[in-house]
Amino acid sequence: MNDKTNSEKSFAEKSPPSALLAELTYRCPLACPYCSNPLHMEGRETEMSTDQWRDIFSQAAALGVLHVHLSGGEPASRRDLRELVAHCAKEGLYTNLITSGVGLTQKLVGELAAAGLDHVQLSIQDSEPKGADWIGGYEGGFAKKMEVAAWVAEEGLPLTVNAVIHRANVARAADMVDFAVTLGARRVEIAHTQYYGWALHNRSHLMPTREQSEKAYAEVEERREHYRGKIVIDHVAPDYHAKYPKACMSGWGRLTFNVTPQGKVLPCHAAETIPGLEFWNAREKKLADIWAHSPGFNAFRGFEWMQEPCRSCERKTEDFGGCRCQALALVGDAAACDPICVKSPHHALIAEIAARDSAETIAGFTPRRLEKSRVKDKV
Amino acid sequence: MTMDALTEAARPHLLRGVKLKNDEVRKSWVLLAPERYLRLNAISVDILQRCDGESDLAKIVDDLAAKYGADRAVIDNDVRALLNGLLEKRMLGL
Repeated sequence: MNDKTNSEKSFAEKSPPSALLAELTYRCPLACPYCSNPLHMEGRETEMSTDQWRDIFSQAAALGVLHVHLSGGEPASRRDLRELVAHCAKEGLYTNLITSGVGLTQKLVGELAAAGLDHVQLSIQDSEPKGADWIGGYEGGFAKKMEVAAWVAEEGLPLTVNAVIHRANVARAADMVDFAVTLGARRVEIAHTQYYGWALHNRSHLMPTREQSEKAYAEVEERREHYRGKIVIDHVAPDYHAKYPKACMSGWGRLTFNVTPQGKVLPCHAAETIPGLEFWNAREKKLADIWAHSPGFNAFRGFEWMQEPCRSCERKTEDFGGCRCQALALVGDAAACDPICVKSPHHALIAEIAARDSAETIAGFTPRRLEKSRVKDKV
Repeated sequence: MTMDALTEAARPHLLRGVKLKNDEVRKSWVLLAPERYLRLNAISVDILQRCDGESDLAKIVDDLAAKYGADRAVIDNDVRALLNGLLEKRMLGL
């Protein structure tokens, strides 16, 4: 056994994953233009069976996963959601349902709670109904979400409200914190749009101006002290108006992984946009093997793959060089410094893109949908 | 808006969706909560196992001071530091 194999083995042994994002289905009644799912999504006929998911959850628990995020698409589009929650609970996994609320009924919420569901994360598209239903492409969606929040509260389940911020709702970012409080949420995520998947495709329709972003960010931060001990605010900064990159996924293949509806095991939503990486499928291999040995996971682990300015940067243990998918999408090299970073030689490009895109209009975006034909990539 | 006060008579308990788990893979106790987990040291586990919603803060501190044979004021300080942090993170009820 050579040193490299040894160190990879010890990595997998010493560093168990703590979270699994299970994308149960790509089906979703909503059509949010900032969806993080890929542009090319397959339908129900290609999805894994209940037994396949059960087996994955059992393997995940043995591997050290603590949290399972049941996501999609809309996870309530799966008829076996109850069974999957019950199975996760039996394995001692903490279950989080990431839902739009559409597709849930009061009866199902009660059954999920009884099956051992630990937490619900409900998305809202806006704090006012008209804008919310328009951007989500689903009439009556906002009203439905209000019902769902009440059912969750009635069951006594903890609630997180998630709001993605873009040009059409940026003026109400702080209102959405207040709104989450009125819905009884214990946690709220105010997440400025991250430009991957559909959001990257629609970037020129979603990008706020720097002024709008900074104002919204400051207003939400002001709410922190006001609501201390009442609601926890998780704030995701607007990338394109930032000075340093985010610690994307807390480091590639370091703590979490995604499983797609078709069983592909990925370090993040967008990993497959990087050409030349080999990812393995949970239908064919065991999760422990994939976590330790999948070439796609090992490609950007540790610090050896880094170029300058990351390699000698004192921030590399904090932000891991930022996001690999963003480096690829914006400067054409997945191993480059994320250009969001002020130290990147391409950093000026970000301000140019942001200024150009924020001058477009919100109307004209492409709604998210399952589609067989290729959508032309716009970067 | 201020947080609920941690008085001697408060009966702390983990809120629903917040769970103690003895994790065999990490060989460590962890506290699981929405979107995060905390690794716990032995004293934190001892404190949180006593936060059952029945015992009041005074009893929890007395109990731990006896167990560790330590100064009550020191234990009181440790308990309050942990519990106030969890109150702020919305993981604890009183």
